[in-house]
Amino acid sequence: MTRLAVEATGLVKKFGSLRAVDGIDLQVRPGEVFGVLGPNGAGKTTMLSMLATLLRIDAGSASIFGVDVRSEPHKVRQLIGLTGQYASVDEKLTARENLVLFARIHGQGSAAARHTADDLLERFGLTDAGDRLLEKFSGGMRRRLDLAASLISSPPLIFLDEPTTGLDPRTRGQMWDTIRDLVRQGSTILLTTQYLDEADQLADRIAVIDKGRKVAEGTSGELKASVGRSTLAVRLADPDDMDAAARAVAQVLGRPASRTPEAARLTVPMERADDAAEALIALRHGGISIQEVKVEEPTLDEVFLALTGAPATAEPEIAGDDRTDNAAHAQHDQMEVSR
Amino acid sequence: MTTLTSTGDVALPELQPRVSPRETLRQILLMAGRALHKMRRNPEQFFDVTLQPLLFTPMFGYIFGGAVAGGVSKYLPMLIPGILVQTALTTCMATGVTLREDMEKGVFDRFKSLPMSRVAPLAGPAVADTIRYTIATTLTFGVGIAMGYRPGGGVLGVLGAGLLVIFAAWSLSWVFTFLGTIMKSAQGLQGISMMVLFPLTFLSNAYVPTSTMPDWLQAFVKVNPVSHVVSALRSLANDGAVNGEVGWALLACAAVVAIFVPLAVRGYRRQL
Repeated sequence: MTRLAVEATGLVKKFGSLRAVDGIDLQVRPGEVFGVLGPNGAGKTTMLSMLATLLRIDAGSASIFGVDVRSEPHKVRQLIGLTGQYASVDEKLTARENLVLFARIHGQGSAAARHTADDLLERFGLTDAGDRLLEKFSGGMRRRLDLAASLISSPPLIFLDEPTTGLDPRTRGQMWDTIRDLVRQGSTILLTTQYLDEADQLADRIAVIDKGRKVAEGTSGELKASVGRSTLAVRLADPDDMDAAARAVAQVLGRPASRTPEAARLTVPMERADDAAEALIALRHGGISIQEVKVEEPTLDEVFLALTGAPATAEPEIAGDDRTDNAAHAQHDQMEVSR
Repeated sequence: MTTLTSTGDVALPELQPRVSPRETLRQILLMAGRALHKMRRNPEQFFDVTLQPLLFTPMFGYIFGGAVAGGVSKYLPMLIPGILVQTALTTCMATGVTLREDMEKGVFDRFKSLPMSRVAPLAGPAVADTIRYTIATTLTFGVGIAMGYRPGGGVLGVLGAGLLVIFAAWSLSWVFTFLGTIMKSAQGLQGISMMVLFPLTFLSNAYVPTSTMPDWLQAFVKVNPVSHVVSALRSLANDGAVNGEVGWALLACAAVVAIFVPLAVRGYRRQL
């Protein structure tokens, strides 16, 4: 039995009366990329901060490669590298000065530290910018430097807190490549993200977190299967057709449809994109005219709705049942809020 | 989708249970180097220590000189040690405020997550700031001498007084460093610090003889550590004498360090 890279049991963090992290269990195996997925304020950063010894653990326990976080924080710090959501590097120094400083804090002599800094700057494509002040760095360069700084001591476990939040798509892609490189070299990575596609691209396993609790765990395939592979979105020409349309679609696909009456919009999760054709044919047969059709990836919201047992799978959602119309309305409102 | 490249047997580095004293010292110097580096980049940090002696020494000298001592040159031996202490106090308050601002930046998250000494990020700036105290002290003596101050203690006395006030400032900076670790904002810290500084400097023998003060005030002035440091500086600079006041001043500084360094480290550790 090998030691887990991260083992957390019943982790709790309270800020006043708010339970920011409310009893989370986590097992990360060595060599894997584990994604923690959740919306803003779900408690992802707080959880990471506790594991990285930055925040006290209020209840529960955590260990990193078998070393207890609470009783031996100094040892834990020798096993981890942390890349924060807000770049944890010194704005007033140049990129090179930052890396040299951190390398020297790790105990390297000044020649070795300069060497380390040169290596890392090259590896992260920052050699040309090495002597520029960080104030003049772009967001993407700052994140790359931050990641580089986390790798100085080649820690066996790397924490990445929302590594691409706020980056443009191209820079985001570069960051993903960098992270994949790390994985190839055998690093264990615990990463948090708000983006389903990011977790999908990078993580072997994913835990979904909401309001300080873990609501699901599995591979990205398993999570997405819980809401269908993709989503069919239809905008009706006549909003009055809504009930009939929802009934028709639900009958063909065997899943309830979510309605947004204000926009005359109907969405339904599908197993296969082919199902879209079946649904459209059913609408045509019903004489329902449509204005717009889209087949979309399931969004994080839909995953949440499915996982937290809210609207998308709830019984009253099934279209056409007049008795539960009010309840359905209430749930649509809820959905709008969460979007 | 990524695949597993290693299945478990991660070779862990050999783990140290704590930071050795030698490493701690090294890290303090590294952090001091970082602070100095930033001072060089941002010369504004030297404004206060430059302007304050240049401004306050003549100002207090010409305002109070005639009234208190019957002439500026007669007042200077009394005033200069007072100005030295006041400047030292305001300068070490800035140490705390700068640290508080620094701690709000992301880089402190990294310092906290690194296997490094907990005292180094606090002690580094404190060590670097002795440069600022040295500048302030040198300028105060310089302005005083230009105004006609002739310290009776000679070169050695002045040097001794200079070292004492720098040591006092370094010790007191730990009070503000501690406040920096427990206060939420730099502004708040600055506000509190002013409330502490004004009574301490003015309810002392720094600018005036205490004999005309009411009894209850004299009682406070006598126990105010600022008075002891000022007296010690006067005897060193004006008489070249190492007397009991110097001993008391050193003891008081040592006590402040012994109390506030552990408190500051504790505050830093507990920080949320």
